[in-house]
Amino acid sequence: MGSPSTPAAGDTPAAPARSGVPASGGGTRSGPGDGAATGTAGGPDARRGIDRPRTLRLLRYVSGRLLTAAVSLFAVVVTSFFLFRILPGDPVRALTQDRAVTVEQMEAMRREFGLDQPLWQQFIDYCLGMLRFDFGVSYQYRVPVTDLLLDRLGPTVLLAGTGTLIAAVIGLALGTGSAWRRGSVMDRANTGVALTLWSVPSFWLGLLLIVALSSGAGLFPTSGMMSPGVTGTFNAAVDVAHHMVLPLATMVAVVYAQYMMVMRSSLLDEMGSDYLTTARAKGLRDALVLRRHAVPNALLPTVTLIFLELGRVLGGVILVETVFAWPGLGSLFYSGLKVPDLPIVQALFVVFAGAVIIMNLLADLVYPLLDPRVRS
Amino acid sequence: MVARQQQPRPRSPGRTAPSRWVGLLAAAGALVIGALPAAAPSAAAAETTGDDDTMTIAVSQPVDSLSPFVAQRLISTNILRLSYDFLTNYDAETNETIPGLAESWETSEDGLTWTFKIRDDVTWSDGEPLTAEDIAWTYTTIMEDEAAAKANGNFVANFESAEAPDPTTLKITLSERQATMLALDIPIVPKHVWEKVDDFGTFNNDKDFPVVGSGPFTITGYRPNQSVTLEANTDYWRGAPEFEKLVFRFIPEKDAQVEALRSGEVDLISGLTPAQADALQGEENITVNTASGKRFQAFTINPGARTQDGEEFGDGHPALKDKTLRQAIMRAIDKDEIVQKVYGGYAEPAGGYIPARYERYAWSPEGDERLDFDVDAANKMLDDAGYAMGDDGVRVSPDGDRLKLRMHVHNNRPDYVSMGRLMQERLADIGIEVDNRTVDPGVLSDALHNGKYDLIFTGWSVNPDPDYVLGIHTCDALPETPGTMRGDAYFCDRKYDELYDKQLAEDSDPEKRAEYVKQMQAVLYDEAVVNTLTYSNLLEAYRSDVIGSIQVQPDPGGNIWGQDGHWSFSMATPAAAGSGGTGLSAGVMAGIAAAVVLGVAAGGFFLWRRSATAEDRE
Repeated sequence: MGSPSTPAAGDTPAAPARSGVPASGGGTRSGPGDGAATGTAGGPDARRGIDRPRTLRLLRYVSGRLLTAAVSLFAVVVTSFFLFRILPGDPVRALTQDRAVTVEQMEAMRREFGLDQPLWQQFIDYCLGMLRFDFGVSYQYRVPVTDLLLDRLGPTVLLAGTGTLIAAVIGLALGTGSAWRRGSVMDRANTGVALTLWSVPSFWLGLLLIVALSSGAGLFPTSGMMSPGVTGTFNAAVDVAHHMVLPLATMVAVVYAQYMMVMRSSLLDEMGSDYLTTARAKGLRDALVLRRHAVPNALLPTVTLIFLELGRVLGGVILVETVFAWPGLGSLFYSGLKVPDLPIVQALFVVFAGAVIIMNLLADLVYPLLDPRVRS
Repeated sequence: MVARQQQPRPRSPGRTAPSRWVGLLAAAGALVIGALPAAAPSAAAAETTGDDDTMTIAVSQPVDSLSPFVAQRLISTNILRLSYDFLTNYDAETNETIPGLAESWETSEDGLTWTFKIRDDVTWSDGEPLTAEDIAWTYTTIMEDEAAAKANGNFVANFESAEAPDPTTLKITLSERQATMLALDIPIVPKHVWEKVDDFGTFNNDKDFPVVGSGPFTITGYRPNQSVTLEANTDYWRGAPEFEKLVFRFIPEKDAQVEALRSGEVDLISGLTPAQADALQGEENITVNTASGKRFQAFTINPGARTQDGEEFGDGHPALKDKTLRQAIMRAIDKDEIVQKVYGGYAEPAGGYIPARYERYAWSPEGDERLDFDVDAANKMLDDAGYAMGDDGVRVSPDGDRLKLRMHVHNNRPDYVSMGRLMQERLADIGIEVDNRTVDPGVLSDALHNGKYDLIFTGWSVNPDPDYVLGIHTCDALPETPGTMRGDAYFCDRKYDELYDKQLAEDSDPEKRAEYVKQMQAVLYDEAVVNTLTYSNLLEAYRSDVIGSIQVQPDPGGNIWGQDGHWSFSMATPAAAGSGGTGLSAGVMAGIAAAVVLGVAAGGFFLWRRSATAEDRE
């Protein structure tokens, strides 16, 4: 890593858009670094204004955010339809590739998929369906896409949720430690390892883990979510946990860096603040100063980041799920793209982008509650 | 610097908040990681060695449907081959047609009426007898219901009727003669179950288990995108299979499949790359099977895209209408080089259109008709035909068109990509510049169907009955309107069509039919529009500590996965018990792992504290 003197306040990794979610729609917030940048001034003791104008302002704030989110969501729905129509290749030909089929059979399939309709008709049907949460029928699985999404949502939420939780806890702890001993060997090692892992392609890391720990050491299953033929709730839970170790490790290794770096830099910011000097002047022990005063304030940007990332992580597990054959939304997206299975990729595009939008919205709405400065 | 001076310094290093955090974390992490595998060895063991009579097969495609009427994918049709029976089968060793549900058959003189005698000793897995009525109903449903025709409609396109005058007689009336009557790859379903289905388009046959069938195995479980489980049908009329259970596990990544085989999680994998096969060769308890190819790799040359009515479209290079140029292109390509450099020797250079493994139909050019690799001969052909060499080393056609050709290659097929590069080099040797477009299959398909290409890669798996792959080069396969072509070349030749009709009508004399098929390949070869390059080997590997013996088709030299029949699974025998499972048990290994993880965590923790102390001493 760079010279020991480099880490300065605000040197967050600029939260690169590395996840698999197509960058679109979402951007109502500019980035997790913002919170840290505002962290030096003022304190939690903001004026206690009363009243009407403030409630009104809050109302305007909330409705503004809601409107932005709705508009973004609509843009995503429209984009999802046209984006994937540009994809070259005829899904019917892709599906029947290498098979003996008659022209009549192919035409029947086109009719069934609605691909014989003019584009505007398909678009209207798509939008109307969307209003009823009806994403159409998958070309390759021949079941309603909504059913597929519900089926696969659980495994993805399990993996992405647990992964985010672990990554956040590790990131917060290491970030706090690093900031507290800025410039130490441990800090430099931490930052170096975190940034290296952050730049590692997750499928490559996944394969590496499989080679080393699955087929090599025989410790974990190479892929899947459950062994066939496992019965009983407890056994099944243990089996799933066992299957989850490697995908989880891959995911956590790659994403914890951003939590760590944000926590580190925002804590560094806080550590220069006057109120900490005051706290110490009152005779409080350093550990107490850190825990009671510095960390809670520094947590703010990190918590926002966690919210924002929750949306993105949902789509970001595409590669991890594919490598480990984890039966979630990510591997579904991959299998949909290969055909292309339009109803699936459209629906997942909306779900992934929608998750980012909704998490942005939640972050926007929760932020004033956490940080009074935003309210005024 | 200012910030650094203000940095608080912990007084009691061991008791600071961060180290407590880390300690807690390390402890929690170690606990979780340690607990998981320790609690799970039962699962791991069951997967690896626990059940000797289970064969687990890795597959890379998800199942599209378990309904024989709509399932299109190779994985699905392979599973359906195990759970349903067919009218006739292909012999495991010779690939010849053998009796299936039909014991014997006869044809009327005009070839339009076929009468099959159906076995009377077959029962469905629910105990009901299987009769000719079930077969007639299956065929009739495909004929009458568009949704049910999705997968196998092509087989019955010529059917007038399919009737069952009595339980052991099936009578099929045709509108035209059809030589493929003994190659009807249609799974027969039980009428008493399927007649209750309302909509064949949406019924996937994947809710009620076990699925009623009559094949050597019965589908007993299905987890979408994860696995399909089948159990042996102990009453199977050919005799019960020795493996009690088959599990097809979905693992999309090939490298992950290889690792799963190594770890013993799966027992059979297929579709290996030469590098993967080489890596597995000689590993303990793993056998690699190198099968002769069922598939050919080829490229087609755009001779001018046109519709059946003769309307020209697209923008193929005008010089490619010249057979001499097309033949010169063939002479410039070194197929042996491709076999060695692209396939590492795991392929055969291709002669005719039908892969060499189908001995009856295989054909190779002889004598003067051969267009073997010979750069000088190719250059001379072009010189003689008036293709003048330009100053830039690229020839110009007699009409003044520079010989710059677009070549479309599938970017998802590493072998094609390498082949494309080699061809680009070789064609430069004869003054043809190649614009190598390695693209998404969808882009390639669009270019083909719009006629906007010059050279395009292709490849087909060939069935024991070659009718379909031959049929896609008849004039009838040209598009009715641009974009609706059936095959992969705008080929149309009167002589070829005549031969095609003759072979299709030759339903009583297989040798004579094969003769016509060979003549068709000679026409294809000479016209040099459809050019085969190689028949690549099928590379597979299995655990020999689980699978004792497994039947290949054809035998010898055949493949295990994707057979025209169910022989690999119905005839496989488990390895003798106790041969596997050497080495440490999963539990012990898990314990070691937990200890290692704990050790690393403790080490990290110790280092952390040391560094903290060191800083305090500053």
